[in-house]
Amino acid sequence: MAKKDIELAIEARNLSIYYGDFRAVTEVNLKVVQNKITAIIGPSGCGKSTMLRAFNRMNELVPTAWAEGEVLYHGKNIYDPDVDPVEVRRRVGMVFQKPNPFPKSIYDNVAWGARVNGYKGNMDDLVEQSLKGAAIWDEVKDKLDQNGLSLSGGQQQRLCIARTIAIKPDIILMDEPCSALDPIATLHIEELMRELSEDYTIIIVTHNMQQAARVSDYTAFFNLGEGRTGILDEFGETDKIFTNPDHQTTEDYITGRFG
Amino acid sequence: MSTNIFEDNTAQSEAFHSNLSSRHRSGRIWHFVFQASTLIGIIALTVLLLNVLDSTFGYIAVEDEINPADLAINGIPIEQLHQIDLVWILEQNVSKGLFRRLESEMPWEERTREEIYDLVVARVVNPTVVDTWSLRESIFNRNQVFQEAAEKYPGARVEFKSWLSSAFLATPQSPEPERAGVRTAILGSLWTIAITIVFAFPLGVGAAIYLEEYATDTPINRLIQTNINNLAGVPSIIYGILGLAIFVRALEKFTSGAVFGLVDPTTANGRTIISAGMTLGLLILPLIIINAQEAIKAVPNSLRQASFGMGATRWQTVWHHVLPNAVSGILTGTILAVSRAIGETAPLVVVGASTFITFDPDGPFSKFTTLPIQIYQWTARPQDEFRNIAAAAILVLLALLLSMNATAILLRNRYSTKF
Ligand SMILES: Nc1ncnc2c1ncn2[C@@H]1O[C@H](COP(=O)(O)OP(=O)(O)OP(=O)(O)O)[C@@H](O)[C@H]1O
Ligand SMILES: [Mg+2]
Repeated sequence: MAKKDIELAIEARNLSIYYGDFRAVTEVNLKVVQNKITAIIGPSGCGKSTMLRAFNRMNELVPTAWAEGEVLYHGKNIYDPDVDPVEVRRRVGMVFQKPNPFPKSIYDNVAWGARVNGYKGNMDDLVEQSLKGAAIWDEVKDKLDQNGLSLSGGQQQRLCIARTIAIKPDIILMDEPCSALDPIATLHIEELMRELSEDYTIIIVTHNMQQAARVSDYTAFFNLGEGRTGILDEFGETDKIFTNPDHQTTEDYITGRFG
Repeated sequence: MSTNIFEDNTAQSEAFHSNLSSRHRSGRIWHFVFQASTLIGIIALTVLLLNVLDSTFGYIAVEDEINPADLAINGIPIEQLHQIDLVWILEQNVSKGLFRRLESEMPWEERTREEIYDLVVARVVNPTVVDTWSLRESIFNRNQVFQEAAEKYPGARVEFKSWLSSAFLATPQSPEPERAGVRTAILGSLWTIAITIVFAFPLGVGAAIYLEEYATDTPINRLIQTNINNLAGVPSIIYGILGLAIFVRALEKFTSGAVFGLVDPTTANGRTIISAGMTLGLLILPLIIINAQEAIKAVPNSLRQASFGMGATRWQTVWHHVLPNAVSGILTGTILAVSRAIGETAPLVVVGASTFITFDPDGPFSKFTTLPIQIYQWTARPQDEFRNIAAAAILVLLALLLSMNATAILLRNRYSTKF
């Protein structure tokens, strides 16, 4: 577990998430450390994506989904009735599994989020900074007015990261961001995540054990519990989880004996 | 039969090959069926168009009441006579009452020579169409047409006539087919459709946005959805009855324009363009809603997620992402719905389209007639010539429809985003 003096970015307390009657995730307690990368791993269907989306209330887009418990951000439960999910999502940005740039120009892809969130500064600078921050500036600086969909898959994903950092969130959620990419593009994104972790807190869901081991500081292993509900099986520093896990199930999963 | 070119005659590949040729055969049969249905559709449309063209053009036999040559003064034919002489001819040949009425409409000095000449031809020479032939007969049996005309109408001249002409477009309704035009009906149709679009498009798209993006899956919303789907299939005459009850009767003060002080309240009634437009609007509202819903559904969900994930509100998501990507589908659906409204007759008859008006509609509170109504009335007349002008009016209606659709398609191509 995280040491006491470490600053927390966001924390789940006794969090359970339901789709209708089905409990997808049960009583999770998870502390996400500021400016670190936390990886969520686990077998398919154990609720990793559900857990990730709980951090910015994206589950609410599914009409049947609801949550029990707390997610504390700066000491405030984001599920409190007086919290506006729009504000939560501005502070907790998200990059999806499949690159999904808007069918707009590269420039507008980055500028749009900032604009709707009321950004008043110099937009050209923000776009340039964000694209540089996502390590894609050199590739697109001459074609900012081209459609974002004309880029390659890996470039599209970095564009999506650029558009997320343009709204200056604290935390970036990434749901299998490299699953649609080739190994080179994957390496690009991984390097980028390391750089981003200096300024941002990153939570990433991945099926790739090497990736989790390579990029993350902390690892949360989710498993299927009774009634196919997801539970947090083990959580700790990545080094420990990958070399000397407490639970046999964790070791079995990491070494590929199941899942 | 296909043969096994790989020569591995196992039982499995035998089965595969006997099966393969029958699969190809059924594929060819279906291909043929699809081609045939397309062909039948095209043939039906061609026959329809030919049928209309057949009545729009063709030879006519015309008899003059007075031979224009007999009107010549001192050997000068009327084509070359001076305006004063033409007025004199008029005075000699028409009744005193008509002459005075024409003069009081506009004094002779203020009329041009051409106008007076036209009056002489219309009132004095007074040509009447005594017989008409179809375009088919006019082309393939030309000699027979002339022979028949010479036998039956010795004093008549035979000329080729296009019933669709600029005069036909520019003149209002008339009880005489040779003088009747569609000006009033075109303007009536345009006004009515404009009202229909203004009324139904925002309402329909708004309802579709609500149902797709805001409404949750409750029993009430499901009931509403089912109702909308069923309303799309209700016969149009029912909408006419509804329009009569609501717009013409219940809202008469508003639809007659009386509340705006536009008409004399004692003669005002609700049988106006705005009643007709709103009735047609109700008729196509379910179509627009359903089509817009389909278009909105087709916008990929990943786009909405991306937008919400950036901290956009629901309205920003709808306005910036859903609508721009659905607009092409929405407009396509609207084109179909409005095309249907343009061709509607029955509900407008119920709502009270005028059977005979000759003055242009000048706003939403005018009495009206529309092209389909005009066509319907003309086809019901016994004289042959009314069928000819009905055919010409059908061509006008088709042209109107095509040009409106073309505009909508241009708009659509302009505003749609491409994936
Ligand atoms: N929109 C939804 N409606 C109902 N049930 C859902 C929905 N989304 C996910 N679930 C269920 O919740 C459980 C967890 O799903 P989730 O997508 O979080 O799994 P995951 O760990 O991300 O799986 P994967 O690794 O395959 O992406 C699954 O049993 C799934 O069927
Ligand atoms: Mg997932």
